[in-house]
Amino acid sequence: MAYNVKDVVANKPSRFTAGHRMCAGCGAPPVARHIMRALKPEDYAVVAGATGCMEVSTFIYPYTAWTDSFIHTAFECAGATLAGAEAAYQSMKKQGKLPEGDTKFIAFGGDGGTYDIGLQSLSGAMERGHDMVYVCYDNGAYMNTGIQRSSATPKFADTTTSPAGKVIPGKMQWRKDLAKIMVGHHLPYVAQTLGYMNFKDLYEKAEKAIYTEGPAFLNVMAPCPRGWGYPTDQLMQINKLAVETCYWPLYEVIDGKYKINYKPAKKLPIEEFLKPQKRFKHMFKPDNEWMIEKFQKEVDSRWQELLDLEEITNRD
Amino acid sequence: MTEINNNTPMEKLTPGGDIYTAGNAREFKTGDWRSIRPVFLSDKCKQCGLCFPVCPEDAIPVNKDMLREDFNYDYCKGCGVCSKVCPFGAIEMKEE
Amino acid sequence: MSIRERLSGNEATATAMKQINPDVVAAFPITPSTEIPQYFSTFVANGTVDTEFVAVESEHSAMSACIGAEAAGSRAMTATSANGLSLMWEMIYIASSLRLPIVLSLVNRAVSGPLNIHCDHSDAMGVRDSGWIMLFSENNQEAYDNTLMAHRIAEHKDVMLPLMVCQDGFITSHAIENIELVEDDKVKEFVGEYKPEHYLLNKEEPIAVGPLDLQAYLFEHKTQQAIAMKNAKQVILDVSKDFEKMTGRNYGLFEEYQLEDAEIAIVCMNSTAGTTKFVIDNLRKKGIKAGLLKIRVFRPFPVDEVAKSLSHVKAIAILDRADSLNAAGGALFEDVTSAMYVNNIHVSAVNYIYGIGGRDTKADDIESVYTDLLEIVKTNKIDNPYRYLGLRKEGDK
Repeated sequence: MAYNVKDVVANKPSRFTAGHRMCAGCGAPPVARHIMRALKPEDYAVVAGATGCMEVSTFIYPYTAWTDSFIHTAFECAGATLAGAEAAYQSMKKQGKLPEGDTKFIAFGGDGGTYDIGLQSLSGAMERGHDMVYVCYDNGAYMNTGIQRSSATPKFADTTTSPAGKVIPGKMQWRKDLAKIMVGHHLPYVAQTLGYMNFKDLYEKAEKAIYTEGPAFLNVMAPCPRGWGYPTDQLMQINKLAVETCYWPLYEVIDGKYKINYKPAKKLPIEEFLKPQKRFKHMFKPDNEWMIEKFQKEVDSRWQELLDLEEITNRD
Repeated sequence: MTEINNNTPMEKLTPGGDIYTAGNAREFKTGDWRSIRPVFLSDKCKQCGLCFPVCPEDAIPVNKDMLREDFNYDYCKGCGVCSKVCPFGAIEMKEE
Repeated sequence: MSIRERLSGNEATATAMKQINPDVVAAFPITPSTEIPQYFSTFVANGTVDTEFVAVESEHSAMSACIGAEAAGSRAMTATSANGLSLMWEMIYIASSLRLPIVLSLVNRAVSGPLNIHCDHSDAMGVRDSGWIMLFSENNQEAYDNTLMAHRIAEHKDVMLPLMVCQDGFITSHAIENIELVEDDKVKEFVGEYKPEHYLLNKEEPIAVGPLDLQAYLFEHKTQQAIAMKNAKQVILDVSKDFEKMTGRNYGLFEEYQLEDAEIAIVCMNSTAGTTKFVIDNLRKKGIKAGLLKIRVFRPFPVDEVAKSLSHVKAIAILDRADSLNAAGGALFEDVTSAMYVNNIHVSAVNYIYGIGGRDTKADDIESVYTDLLEIVKTNKIDNPYRYLGLRKEGDK
């Protein structure tokens, strides 16, 4: 059935409730809520959260914002924790200890809990082939502890552990390409997405990820107004610019075949994405044009690589 | 619904901090975080649906006829994301 | 009729796990416990058990997966040693705080560094305040029996705490000894089904596990754990009584060997107790009233019972197979002496750190401890209560 945002929001229950305590304008809750809506209403879910903004804001004793079962253990092990729950499900199902009906397993981790401290646990869970979806909501820094750089932080970004100083102009490394690391695990489904327009791309990818048998990975950009330094109401504009500049391409990899879901007719210059964000402010000072040039070059090269991968992996 | 609070004695707290009433965060109102409020101008609204999914607070109710209703100010934190995505100027931000 | 076998400690543990038939086992190999997941995965491969075996990529993930599995509503088990337990440390605390009755087989080994693969108890001592029930085992039979009793204790509604069964790396884990096994059907009946009240996979009642637990609640939740640990003592005794009915093998909080009329006594855990019994038998032939208190239940620590049991002796040596590096003495020494103190019982006590990194502790070493105790009784003097046994020093004879 074709996606209809009105139908989805009106007729599928919100499984990530109001009353959570994430910041006003946070990019993560709309993403998590819409992913949860991709579940069939009759299916049940066990959700795992890595320690991070989303986990500490959605499950503060005695309140939980999750209407499905939820488990949080620690920062670096959402993958393994959920893998254990999934193994229990397989075992108990096989032994006839559970009633009929499907249970789905979904983990949420920020880029800290996913790209960095949780990478091993994620890799293990994906490699072992548990029937689960791991969602990284990538806000490009350790926001929960106060905006420290992560391996997902873009180059030159000003963070509290990669401050733009007199000698060092922000983070000096390019960001890690986690989606491709996941593709290297030969998973049946890997996708990169974000909340764009009416959230069709996000919803359809979530649906595929959840209902593809075996491990699946979603990398979802989720802007952080506080960490990125933009007014809270700009969430969707930032998302749009990330897509239109090809900073955050929308693509999926199904059984190793790349498919780019959106190719801008005219790619916007990267400045458009960088300019509204205070974390890149120093790049716009006189004599710092080289930083923007370098950034543009990297974006171009990664975009070209993606185009090439699409071409190569779809050859007969 | 949730009978646990700062005065609950140890013996009445759930072991391990488990919560058996999933989704009870709804009882925790976040509307008082707001310093500006969105005002829904229903005559300008074309029910395009762009504001439905963007609300971080799930504070834009959509009824079974797939039409949005007025804001749920119990939860709206006043971020203004909805106002910015509305192509028809149907959501105005006003000081509280 | 019980089954007579010859098994190593690891094999005995794996056999108990097979008979328990847990829903999930998640484990990562580490010497000297590696054989346990090896044997167990063979049972899985041959369809002998219903278990889902999760071959995780680290011990941190092993405990994380056990937590996920146990919270989901299943029975989860694992095995590890030394650095494996160190890597699990964060999750060890989380497992107990979430009140998940996971059962872990800890094959004791020295924690690095420097790297050493042999027995001491530094791994176990590192988690002694983590809220896990800790049972120690002198030999393969006890490792097996403790494992069979583990779930009944851990899953009891007044307890709901994880439990580890300890045994000495290589000394018992790899030594093949005679053992009496319980029949499969009897084990199944004894262990019973796990029926948690609240669990993740119950779609009739979705739950949330592992909250952000702030100032208003964490204190109370930790104290609930403390109470559960106190409750565990009686539950252990009750389960042990049931176990005795089934097997004839009697277990308490600790074992007293020739202690009733003893004038001097050693307190120790695990395999060293076997050597000590041998020495006692020899000393008794010479008319020396030597005795032993072998701790089985280290957590919850049987404070009053231990103090009472030692109240009549004239001098005690507490043997710690892990140094606490605190300039004060080993962990067992601290526990025993403080148990005596709070019970207002004064007996001369001395601590020996021994067997570090698999250093062999021979009958002669144990005998030298009793000789020291006789000297203490005679002179009523202890020049240094924090001693080492079997350590090379300058000026040794």
